[in-house]
Parts: sequence; structure tokens; C-alpha cells
Amino acid sequence: MQIGRVVGTVVATQKHRKFEGAKLLLVQPLNLDDTPRGAALLAVDGVGAGVDEKVLVVLEGRAAGEALGQKAAPVDAAIVGIIDSVDVIDTE
Amino acid sequence: MQIARVIGDVVATRKDDGLTGIKLLIVQPLTPDRQPAGRPLVAVDAVGAGVGEHVFFVRGKEASFPFYPAEPPVDAGIVGIIDHWDVG
Repeated sequence: MQIGRVVGTVVATQKHRKFEGAKLLLVQPLNLDDTPRGAALLAVDGVGAGVDEKVLVVLEGRAAGEALGQKAAPVDAAIVGIIDSVDVIDTE
Repeated sequence: MQIARVIGDVVATRKDDGLTGIKLLIVQPLTPDRQPAGRPLVAVDAVGAGVGEHVFFVRGKEASFPFYPAEPPVDAGIVGIIDHWDVG
């Protein structure tokens, strides 16, 4: 899983039926020091996350479908947790 | 599967129900000569690993298999703690 920050919301009226009721959020992946890393991605929200929150993102199809509560959904990323804290202890 | 070192942990109170009770750890993948290889990532723990330990982890939906028949939404999981390794 990756750590990211929610940076926006996306609305799409015309979409695959498996997306009905799903909330789509734009997530910027982060490095451990909170700096942005790579391109922002679109993830379905399984936990009620909001803009500016730090989140745990799963990048795998079946898991993302699971988070959405749908089997065989055409998704590849989902927010599965809102992060309270990240502790990096051993950076050897 | 890849070799990694556990370098930290993540706490998330609000999360998918499937993740309840599962430990989230930050792993840094390593080369065979113990140098960092690529970026750290968050993995679930299936073997009782802790910070500072060398482990091996699996990517993909297979990361959820240790929790079968539950199907937590995960894409990386620690499945072994390494005692030692040797490169010939």
C-alpha cells in the first residue's frame, strides 16, 4: 500500500455501472517525509476520506473492488484507511 | 517476493472493516547486499514482524491469502521473517 494525500474530488455522471455510488478522489502519493512523489492518481473512497487527509491507498484491482464492495469492478486503486500517524524508526 | 527491512509503522483508526486487527508496517525493499532498493511501501503483517527485522513480502492480491477466508483489501504483505541470508 502507498501513503498519499487527498488533493481533490472528481465527479463523473457517465460512468461504468459499478461506479454508481462510489466517491472518486484525487490522491497525491507521498514520500515518507510528506513530499509529493509522482503523478496524482484517482482512487475510489472506501472509508469516507476528505480533502487534505492523509490516507492509505491500495493499488491492486481485486483489493480495490473489495473496498468498493463490488466484485469485478473496473478499478485499480482505493482508499482503505485514514492515517493517524506514520512512525519511521529504523532508517539504517 | 522481495527481501526488505521493516523501518516503521502506520496507525489508521478509520479504515476498511477488513483491515481491523491487522498490523500495518513500512518496509524498505533491499538488494541482496542489503542496500535500499526503490521506495518504501506499506505492507500488512501476517507473521508478527517488528521494526528493525529483515523480512520477505509478497505483492498483489496474494498478500491477502494469509487471512483467508477473510479478504482484506491489501496489495503487499509480510509473509516471513528472515533469520539470515547469504549471497554466494
